[in-house]
Amino acid sequence: MEFAELIKTAKVENVQLSCPGLPPIKGTLCITSHHLLLSSQPGGNGEPSTVELWLLIRNVDAIEKSVQNLGWYQTSRTNSSHRETRIASSLGTITLKCKDLKVLQLEIPGMEECLNIASSTEALSSVDSVMMMYPFFYRPQSMKLKDGWQLYPLQHYYQQIASETSAWRLSCVNGDFTICSSYPPAVIVPATVDDKVLKKAARFRQGGRFPVLSYYHKKNGRVMLRSSQPLLGPNRKRCQEDELLLSAVLDGGERGFIIDTRSAQAAKQARMMGGGTEPKSFYPHWKRLHRPLERGRPLQESFMKLVEACNDTSLSMDRWLSKLEASKWLAHVKAALSTACLAAQCMEREEACVLVHGAEGTDTTLLVTALAQVILDPNCRTLTGFQGLLEREWIEAGHPFHCRCSHSAYSHARLKQEAPIFLLFLDCVWQLGRQFPFSLQFNERLLLVLFEHTYASCYGTFLCNSEKERCLCQVKEKTHSLWSWLNQPSELKKHLNPLYTYNALVIWPSVEPQSLQLWQGLFLRWIRSSQYLDEAWAEIQRLVTSCEDAPEGSAGRTLCHSQPDAAYPLTITGTANEG
Amino acid sequence: MEHIRTTKVEQVKLIDRFSTSNKSLMGTLYLTATHLLFIDSSQKETWILHHHIAAVEKLALTTSGCPLVIQCKNFRVVHFIVPRERDCHDIYNSLLQLSKPASYDELYAFSYNPKQNESKRLQGWQLIDLAEEYKRMGVPNSNWQLSDANRNYEICDSYPRELYVPRTASKPVIVGSSKFRSKGRFPVLSYYHRDKEAAICRCSQPLSGFSARCLEDENMLHAISIANPAHHYMYVMDTRPKLNAMANRAAGKGYENEDNYANIRFQFVGIENIHVMRSSLQKLLEVSGTKALSVNSFLSGLENSGWLAQTVEWINNETFFKNVNKVFRVATNILVRLSFERVLEGIEDHAKKPKEMQSGVLIEKDWISFGHKFSDRCGQLDGDPKEISPVFTQFLEGVWHLTEQFPQVFEYNEAFLLQIHEHVHSCQFGNFLGNCQKEREELKLKEKTYSLWPFLLDEQKKYINPLYNRDFSQKLVLLEPNTASFNFKFWRNMYHQFDRTMHPRQSVFNLIMTMSEQNKQLEKDFKELEAKMKQRNRQPEELLTKEPLQSVHPASPALKTSPCFKKEQPLLPMKDSIRTIEGSNTADNRYSEYMEELSKAEPAVVSLEYGVARMTC
Repeated sequence: MEFAELIKTAKVENVQLSCPGLPPIKGTLCITSHHLLLSSQPGGNGEPSTVELWLLIRNVDAIEKSVQNLGWYQTSRTNSSHRETRIASSLGTITLKCKDLKVLQLEIPGMEECLNIASSTEALSSVDSVMMMYPFFYRPQSMKLKDGWQLYPLQHYYQQIASETSAWRLSCVNGDFTICSSYPPAVIVPATVDDKVLKKAARFRQGGRFPVLSYYHKKNGRVMLRSSQPLLGPNRKRCQEDELLLSAVLDGGERGFIIDTRSAQAAKQARMMGGGTEPKSFYPHWKRLHRPLERGRPLQESFMKLVEACNDTSLSMDRWLSKLEASKWLAHVKAALSTACLAAQCMEREEACVLVHGAEGTDTTLLVTALAQVILDPNCRTLTGFQGLLEREWIEAGHPFHCRCSHSAYSHARLKQEAPIFLLFLDCVWQLGRQFPFSLQFNERLLLVLFEHTYASCYGTFLCNSEKERCLCQVKEKTHSLWSWLNQPSELKKHLNPLYTYNALVIWPSVEPQSLQLWQGLFLRWIRSSQYLDEAWAEIQRLVTSCEDAPEGSAGRTLCHSQPDAAYPLTITGTANEG
Repeated sequence: MEHIRTTKVEQVKLIDRFSTSNKSLMGTLYLTATHLLFIDSSQKETWILHHHIAAVEKLALTTSGCPLVIQCKNFRVVHFIVPRERDCHDIYNSLLQLSKPASYDELYAFSYNPKQNESKRLQGWQLIDLAEEYKRMGVPNSNWQLSDANRNYEICDSYPRELYVPRTASKPVIVGSSKFRSKGRFPVLSYYHRDKEAAICRCSQPLSGFSARCLEDENMLHAISIANPAHHYMYVMDTRPKLNAMANRAAGKGYENEDNYANIRFQFVGIENIHVMRSSLQKLLEVSGTKALSVNSFLSGLENSGWLAQTVEWINNETFFKNVNKVFRVATNILVRLSFERVLEGIEDHAKKPKEMQSGVLIEKDWISFGHKFSDRCGQLDGDPKEISPVFTQFLEGVWHLTEQFPQVFEYNEAFLLQIHEHVHSCQFGNFLGNCQKEREELKLKEKTYSLWPFLLDEQKKYINPLYNRDFSQKLVLLEPNTASFNFKFWRNMYHQFDRTMHPRQSVFNLIMTMSEQNKQLEKDFKELEAKMKQRNRQPEELLTKEPLQSVHPASPALKTSPCFKKEQPLLPMKDSIRTIEGSNTADNRYSEYMEELSKAEPAVVSLEYGVARMTC
């Protein structure tokens, strides 16, 4: 496929860009294979043109276009016969609703240009082939391709565990992805269980996701495992190997907890479809707890409703509150945090092992295990620790980012598998950060960056659905890693929390509705001006850090924030021709 | 005191009101003349001032004892279980009596004695000088003058003695106008904007009924209008919903008819009356006090209570003021009609005095001296419960919302607002007693009680906003708050100020406070050292050899510790004795105990909610 085929009009002059809260800008609009660029007209006294907008087309979630005919009839009364001359002129308006929730408006002179730009953008934004995506073309000069991909190997994490106990081993049973297509090649399993058992146990779990270690709690040696649902089916099948695997985790007589992220009812119903949950009789040492968490479509709809409510600034207080309530987003935040707290509590207070699973084990399961680790483990609250956690518990663990994040809250496209599970996780982490402002080493800005990059990115980190797919697409060879960009000293500085001090304790959040807040920095980022809050934040930063480095602005609202560096020539003509 | 029958009850349980497993603390309950005191087994003290008690309730006897629920005006809710019903009954009856004093002289302010000498006490009352404040605003000037019409409260007994009126308004006009206004509250100057020559005036509703007119009142408004030469018409804002104003006409009151008054524009602002306001806060508290509350019922409760909606109304009102000044770019006289105390708020961000004491002035001027019926609205005395209403609370909440949107503009912080709220109800200082200036003079408050402001000033370190930026507030003349609904949040730190488990466990605010405090100290030390060095250089050399480094060292320990990152230290380590006498002190509890809590490993909320109790089911 050639991108050029999709671009009907590459360049339009005199386009006006407006974005709520920012003054409108006039300039030249260009479409390249992956970007929409708008450069302002050069100033009269020879000022160079500046790029005002550098929008990754993948970031466009929905396009709305309206064409106004400005044509009017001019009646000339010079002769006795009334002659009407039509002055043709038209103005098209394209509204670009982006996956990072910003909304841009482009006023394009000329109906044809407008429709062309709209259809080109639409076509380019819906290119679904991973290999055609921008990360495969993005080559910044300051970065090396291989960097960052091996920053957080599971081996490192395993070595930490191995230094404490010999009860666990690293198994390469899934080395060629045949046992489980969504697991990474290496997983951590009980040392007493050999690969043969694992293979059989995998067949008893949906998608082959047999129980593996997710977190080792150093304080008391308890572990958190995750898996997918067991395939009991209507006939209540059982699997000796699976039972063996789970009982190998517990020392004789110990009790473990299974946290099922579905309701008891739903788990029971899943039997009809071949799934189910661990029956007490076959797993006598495991106590099952059901904590239903929303997932899939209802969660996506919740997200969409919330964004819709936030975008309507004219709502009265009553309407706003009832819409906020109807979106149920905060209820989901509360449920996720509560369940994670429960898992954390089982380990910390009850000193028991925990197995977490829902149905597929790739969504709410990961939400709970990852969140519980942030609560329990101080290392996960550092910047590198958090990146490692994301790598381990989301990316390698096979959260299907490609499916879940292909559309955001504005899309009119038919929903397939979209669900903002990862966003929900980020929101929960944000809530933790609000309640423990000194305990996270990173700031809100990092969470915002992660949110943006899961939906549209120039880095390969969140591409594909699993390690297997990433291997097939050679993501690690052909794209740059988000981490290597984030960990550059200049970027790193922006994402550090100046108030951070190491806090070795478990951070138990309050989950009362009065304590949970709407994440304004994300949901209202493009809607209201945060100038005063940003300035206050800069002041805090100035007060806390030594005065030598100038305060950095916070998240900000510039339209060019992900502007790539010198790899792309900044002159517009250069890039436009490339298409 | 004759009301106290039992002074001490042992083995009393204090129940955590949000705990689902009825977690409790065992301790001893003491009843004193002014306070109810609970000391738990770990010697932690909970003081409750009798004046703060809004309601006492005795619930049905249970196996463990007799439950006693006390709700306070500062939103503390305590739930005791007293082992013997007889004791519970005694305490209940005593509290009923003590919390509703029948006369002013029973109030705490008249017995409160912080051991300050007389001259200092008097100085405290002189701290706020209203004439000075008017001078700052630029009055009297060529258009406005001080009127002596009300010098002996002959025209309006709820107004103060000194009133500013337009120069062109003669005494007969004033007297005539006051007769046409409810309770004699004729239009007087409230705030004057020096740069734009715009003024905000206040008054009560006219007694217009359906058709009555009053020439003097019309002249009065005209006088106000021409007191601002730059503009030829003015706004009259009625703070009631239109419906209420119409209804009042039947009672011989009502609103100005635009036809009868020259050059006015009329506008209604839908702020509900005190009764709606009271029930709305009541509903809010009911919802937020529920155990194991779900997010959805919280939000729908918030919606049903309508409390936030009203807050928005208030702020909208303020915004209108600003728009007027902004849009017309000229000074516009706005006549604010006050059905008594409402809407004083509008002025507040106009006045926007970021200075801490200025806010005190504002409250003194606009709330106290202009006769907000503090005694009635706060239920200080045993009186008509229908007169109680959280108007002032809503004013404070409005200010809080502004501080949230403009974190660098206000010199004071949230703790200051909370502390004022605390003392409006505490009756510990004379400022908020009585219903109007006249009554206050009759009570001889300035002779018999202490003023709150010097006490706040003494502790001003606690109330300073470390982010306050002086330049910022100079260039920003008017605040223009964003009034979209999503900007308004539930004020957790007010309505749950005593429910510590709901608050963030670490406070950025405190950290910043200590840091800027430390920085100041370091700068001071630095300067001192510098000065010493200079001095030393000038001194003859023999002195230098005598005590060479000794005096330099002791002054510098602060320099040894790095200025930043000393978070482990409890912040604001001020535990002076005055505080503990006052006891039920909000700010102290909250702002310093998080740190301790952190070191105590896990706070209790989550544990009990998801805890063992449920897992065994």
